[in-house]
Amino acid sequence: MIELVSASRCIQCNICVNVCPTNVFDRVPDAPPTIARQSDCQTCFMCELYCPVDALYVAPQVDPLDSVDETLLKEAELLGSYRRNVGWGRVGEAHRRYRTSSAQEDSTHQILKRMK
Amino acid sequence: MSSPHWRSQNSSTIDVDPNLHTDVLVIGGGPAGTWAAWSAASAGAKVVLVDKGYCGTSGCAAASGNGVWYIPPDAEAREAAKASREALGGFLANRTWMDRVLDQTYTNVNLLAEWGYPFPVDEEGKPYRRSLQGPEYMRLMRKQIKRVGVTILDNSPALQLLVDAKGAVAGATGINRQTGKQWVVRAGGVIIATGGCAFLSKALGCNVLTGDGYLMAAEAGAEMSGMEFSNAYGISPAFSSVTKTLFYNWATFTYEDGTPIPGAGSQRGRSVIAQTLLTQPVYAILDKANEEMQANMRKAQPNFFLPFDRAGIDPFNQRFPVTLRLEGTVRGTGGIRIVDSSCAASVPGLYAAGDAATRELICGGFTGGGSHNAAWAIASGYWAGKSAAEYAQSLGEWGTQRPVQGVGEAGLISGSQHQIKAEEVIQATQAEVFPYDRNLFRTEQTLTGSLQRLDNLWQEIRSSQAGNQQNIIQVREAAAMVATARWMYNSALERKETRGMHKHLDFPEIDVHQQHYLVSGGLDKVWVRNERLGSEKELVGVSP
Repeated sequence: MIELVSASRCIQCNICVNVCPTNVFDRVPDAPPTIARQSDCQTCFMCELYCPVDALYVAPQVDPLDSVDETLLKEAELLGSYRRNVGWGRVGEAHRRYRTSSAQEDSTHQILKRMK
Repeated sequence: MSSPHWRSQNSSTIDVDPNLHTDVLVIGGGPAGTWAAWSAASAGAKVVLVDKGYCGTSGCAAASGNGVWYIPPDAEAREAAKASREALGGFLANRTWMDRVLDQTYTNVNLLAEWGYPFPVDEEGKPYRRSLQGPEYMRLMRKQIKRVGVTILDNSPALQLLVDAKGAVAGATGINRQTGKQWVVRAGGVIIATGGCAFLSKALGCNVLTGDGYLMAAEAGAEMSGMEFSNAYGISPAFSSVTKTLFYNWATFTYEDGTPIPGAGSQRGRSVIAQTLLTQPVYAILDKANEEMQANMRKAQPNFFLPFDRAGIDPFNQRFPVTLRLEGTVRGTGGIRIVDSSCAASVPGLYAAGDAATRELICGGFTGGGSHNAAWAIASGYWAGKSAAEYAQSLGEWGTQRPVQGVGEAGLISGSQHQIKAEEVIQATQAEVFPYDRNLFRTEQTLTGSLQRLDNLWQEIRSSQAGNQQNIIQVREAAAMVATARWMYNSALERKETRGMHKHLDFPEIDVHQQHYLVSGGLDKVWVRNERLGSEKELVGVSP
């Protein structure tokens, strides 16, 4: 479930408010969005993909956690890890460069071949 | 019935924003909805697409990796593709429809490549187009439909259909769930592409899929087909939402003490897993994948590993508890009945596409899974869009100017004093459809018991009013889930045999006399009837 909107990273673009399929976030004037309806989160990780600054953390558990430690998540490089793994969004100075989509390396054909 | 009326001459008296007129309204913004919108707009129609969530992220395909039933036009390969699933599907699939879907999917997936989807190449340097990564795919589809001029209303669930004096579907009303504002879209033709129903089981990307489109369609008089084939469960780590079953082909399933469970497997052995889960936890370990395979798996489906990486589990070397999450009609094959090759439903002006429509035509009675359902979404979406555009154009201006009336019931009946706690109805419905010993392993006794309770739930919710705007979405979802469960279990009761994915413990064999479709419908009174398998002749040009 969605567990964190990092106040230090969030740029208040509210993209997560728009893209969440189950309307979990509420926008707040001059502040990061709040996780207003955590119980509606379906743990689909889509908000993380669309967050341009890796400010969100979706824990893999479908039930809420007691808390998450932002410092530990940063140290473990978990903030934005899904974006990096699938090659989503931009990186580099001033976010100029697009990542290469991992869809290009999709090796499903290798796997299906070995299922026969 | 005191449903509100929307007439063009007095629409200004209703606080409505936006109030749109269009040729084609598409409800749902997953693969089927976006293909429908693209196809209708490409046929010259003005198109509005409404999505409960955000077109591009909502639905089971967006969050996931999808196989696609993409087979090049090679006679031998096509024959093998058709033959491979016939027995599994209980011989209910139709070869004419399979051919059409294979042709259309091939054409449209090649279009995706032209539009810039980054398909991989295989070791011979040939493009490999049988797999799509959901986020990339759906972001591209959103871009394409915007390019052809489709108006998208995100976060705007449809709540009910509008019909004209003759009963033809003519638009829909809904609300924007972030502003609370109502919207009304008057349309020549309407396409339901709202996906299936997974009963809020938290299966990956499935919680927007609550059967809303079935309910709206049924309120306008549409019929369902194949609702007995609705008991699909996906394997996921017990703590997680990620129901990706493919990789469990390399798993060993064990009891808590590490002993392998005899007969347990990801495909044929899923019933054994379910049976075991009734009394004790089940563990899995992907110990059959060698290093090369492990690397390929990571590249093929990065999001399969997301929960493991974050929970600190190495699934190749560590056992982890698994569960089976209900995917209902999302991975089942039932849905709105299609009456002809245009993907028309049994009500004029209404078309159905993707998981919202029956997939028995190409899958028979066994889960469409990723690849067949993905192909069906593409093909049926394309046809529904084209047909709805032609239909709307044939109506001309009358299409958006005729007097219309909303036909929604549950939660929308004004004047009722009965307020209902939707959450309780949802939990009560889940208690009937989640348990493996009710939905996966079916008996006359348990089905009958469930139906009595579901009928009571329907009676309670159908005459209730939502109270406020925020509640109305949840009340409608709850009503849709109850209605879906009733079509499912009434159809399951009627199919007194075991065929496809429908397992009836009282009738464990397939019965040659029941090789037919089961069509169902009705709200207060649910009915089920037999329908002969269509021949090629019957499938084309049958008018509703």
